[in-house]
Amino acid sequence: MNNLTSQSGIQIAESIKNNKLSEKDAYSFFSGRIKKNAGINAFVESYAEPIEGLGDSALKGVPIAIKDNICIKGKKITCASKILSSHISVYDATVITKLKAAGLKIIGTTNMDEFAFGSSTENSCYGPAKNPWDITRVPGGSSGGSAAAVSARLIPFALGSDTGGSIRQPASFCGVVGFKPTYGRVSRYGLIAFGSSLDQIGPITTDFIDCAHLLNIICGFDKKDSTSSPIKTPDFSKSLKDDVKGLKIGMPRQYFAKGIDEEIKTAVLQVSNILKEKGAQILDIDLPHTEYAVATYYIIGSSEASSNLQRFDGIKYGLREPASNLMDVYKKSRAAGFGDESKRRIFLGTYSLSSGYYDAYYVRALKVRSLIKKDFDDAFKKVDLILTPTSPTAAFKMGEKAMDPLSMYLSDIYTISVNLAGIPAVSFPCGFAKNNLPIGAQFIGREFDEEMLIRAGYSYQCVTDYHKRIPNIA
Amino acid sequence: MPDKKTVEYVAMLSRIGVSEEEAQYLGSQLSKILEHIDKLKELNVDDVKPMRGMNLNNNIFRDDTVVDSKTQENILKNAPSREGNYFKIPKVID
Repeated sequence: MNNLTSQSGIQIAESIKNNKLSEKDAYSFFSGRIKKNAGINAFVESYAEPIEGLGDSALKGVPIAIKDNICIKGKKITCASKILSSHISVYDATVITKLKAAGLKIIGTTNMDEFAFGSSTENSCYGPAKNPWDITRVPGGSSGGSAAAVSARLIPFALGSDTGGSIRQPASFCGVVGFKPTYGRVSRYGLIAFGSSLDQIGPITTDFIDCAHLLNIICGFDKKDSTSSPIKTPDFSKSLKDDVKGLKIGMPRQYFAKGIDEEIKTAVLQVSNILKEKGAQILDIDLPHTEYAVATYYIIGSSEASSNLQRFDGIKYGLREPASNLMDVYKKSRAAGFGDESKRRIFLGTYSLSSGYYDAYYVRALKVRSLIKKDFDDAFKKVDLILTPTSPTAAFKMGEKAMDPLSMYLSDIYTISVNLAGIPAVSFPCGFAKNNLPIGAQFIGREFDEEMLIRAGYSYQCVTDYHKRIPNIA
Repeated sequence: MPDKKTVEYVAMLSRIGVSEEEAQYLGSQLSKILEHIDKLKELNVDDVKPMRGMNLNNNIFRDDTVVDSKTQENILKNAPSREGNYFKIPKVID
């Protein structure tokens, strides 16, 4: 059979369309790779038989993997948590309905930080996923399984979810493209909620072409998600144009200040040089409230999480620990079912919402969120898109930050503001550090202007080949 | 956060049982996180409106029609304990 590792999803779809490859062979090729590379621990479950998608699209017949927090009817969904470890989805998430209608073949579910709490995929009840570029390092998180799987070409592409960088940071650590659409662009129906005002589903792919085609499939208004936007979904593949002439690209001073690795800074500056050579105009801009984003996010995200996770109480589904009264059922089931990071977030959220602290923490954070949003509004009066690093460092060692939650939180400094502002952003590979670890750059766009990001990203990939490099695995 | 008593209070509100050792450990980690969060106090936000959610649409209405979702049995299958078509739980009132 053909070796499909160097082929993108759209190339595989074309081979299928031209009868050079059968859907079945494509599926068994990737099934085989998933099994052979089980050591990466990217998958929670891979299905012997695909979930049939019977419809048609540009990606018809191509297998896809799904983060384990998106409901697939009749299949196990766990959010990598002991509290849900035996749960079977009762319905399809809207994105799953859409993938089926587009003829994609769902191959299985990917590893993640429990309930998407984390930046390393170490907080998983299935054990950590590993970075295919260096298996002693983390793949990032929380969609670390999806990013590792795409990076190692165990699957052409996958879906992840992004609440504070959970698609983009792992994409950057693994050398792939991870796209977080505008809040409201993709239905959250069937995505197990973490931070309901921040969560978005998005694609993780090897390049911008697959990214545009997958966005075409998953975006759109959904009456089952009242926060999904009625704004029309454009044909994103039309933005695959090698043309950045005249675009104004802002580089926020605050993102290149203290705390960033020199190698990362150099690689991202190189991106700006390439875009400049292609005719874009590069401008220095300010996002003055950047240093407050992590604190704001951990109050708002944890508050929403503590509220969303109340439903895991051992009554209607999930783990139940035996106890003689109802209060003890709650306390024991939740104590046994949640991992440490989930408990920290629930405690932090409950504390900031509790009487006496609500105004000092939660309401203050909502106010700072307004300021962060205004920073972007002001910036986009001057520029068409913003270029930043995705993460201040390349992939860190497993265990390095596991005992120090605050340092883990601070590693999300460049991705978090985007979720607070509700705007779209994408991480894409832009180089390699000396130790051969991928480096990611991030484009941030105006609300509902995903097209600008695709156009700039595609133009960049027309003259670079970082996205074509594959880690050296079996 | 705060002293042991506060941690235990928050644990109670969260309906998560914690041992004394765990309360101490989580408490000390949360203190460090809250120390960082106190940074927000540097900003004067008196005249700033809180950004409540991202919803760009106002009131979303749809017709109140009954749809048979045919999911009752599948939902009950996920229950840790059931009797017939009911969820079974321990006694609520003594």
